[in-house]
Amino acid sequence: MSTAATEEQVEQVVVEALASFGAERDSISREATLESLDIDSLDLAELSQIVEEKFGIELKGSDVAEVKTVGDAISLILERAA
Amino acid sequence: MRAVPGRPEGFALVTGASRGIGAAIALALASDGWPVAINYRSDATGAERVLSEIEQRGGRAICLQADVTERGRAQELIREAEGQLGPLLVLVNNAGVRADELALNISDEQWDTVLATNLSAAFELTRQALRPMIRARFGRVINIASVVGPRANPGQANYAAAKAGLIGMTKTIAVEVARRGVTVNAIAPGLIETEMTAGLPDRLLAAIPARRAGTPEEVAACARFLASEQACYVTGSTIFVDGGLSA
Repeated sequence: MSTAATEEQVEQVVVEALASFGAERDSISREATLESLDIDSLDLAELSQIVEEKFGIELKGSDVAEVKTVGDAISLILERAA
Repeated sequence: MRAVPGRPEGFALVTGASRGIGAAIALALASDGWPVAINYRSDATGAERVLSEIEQRGGRAICLQADVTERGRAQELIREAEGQLGPLLVLVNNAGVRADELALNISDEQWDTVLATNLSAAFELTRQALRPMIRARFGRVINIASVVGPRANPGQANYAAAKAGLIGMTKTIAVEVARRGVTVNAIAPGLIETEMTAGLPDRLLAAIPARRAGTPEEVAACARFLASEQACYVTGSTIFVDGGLSA
């Protein structure tokens, strides 16, 4: 079941997750590409898990594969939460 | 000196743990302080025996009946155990079957059954187990393979395919999750005295440099090491416990 999530909450969860994967906090912005943050497919798989735990939203591997920037990830989660 | 990362709270799941190697591993992990989920398919009495032995020694365990080859059952099994014991941190894929026949005579069913239990079920359980392990930054997957696979054994093409597959799977998954503190290793037992190896010809003993069959406890000692914090830098390996058979 999905819980209502605000854009701010989603952004916070994504930023925290990326930082926990080793991305430098100062470099994390909506425009930053995941590649530039050294975020790879394992990190994205874990991000999906975190999003599921926090918001009850299930992200498919194929959806996540399209994600290129931090902003893409936030938009995808908000889209699924709606 | 770099400290060995500590062990978070969680439990160990051993499949096919009602007897033989699985039972010995369940006992060994319990004596290292792991709460253990003893999975079994049909031998409830054996599983209860393992449970009471663990409890007598002051350990904690539960028995969980499940045919691990059933689709979707892996996830249920893990959730059931997690409800009682916390996050799954050690998975021992031990459940295995044999259906020996020359390749010429192996039936579709004999092929499918052996691959389903020895390989596909291990994959399905591992896939589910990696989730809590990755989140915990600690995990141990221990796949019980065999010297058969790396080595030939006439009459076991299905078993050899499954066990060699398990070793290949071990290496790749190990590499995928290594940086999350999750290790994935295989143990390749040689001839071990269990019900499953009863009736194998004596000529096999002559081929073993140690000139004897191994014991389930000797395999369990290896699993106990791989599950420990001290084994944190061992991943993607296959450890042979075979009296020198494959050397």
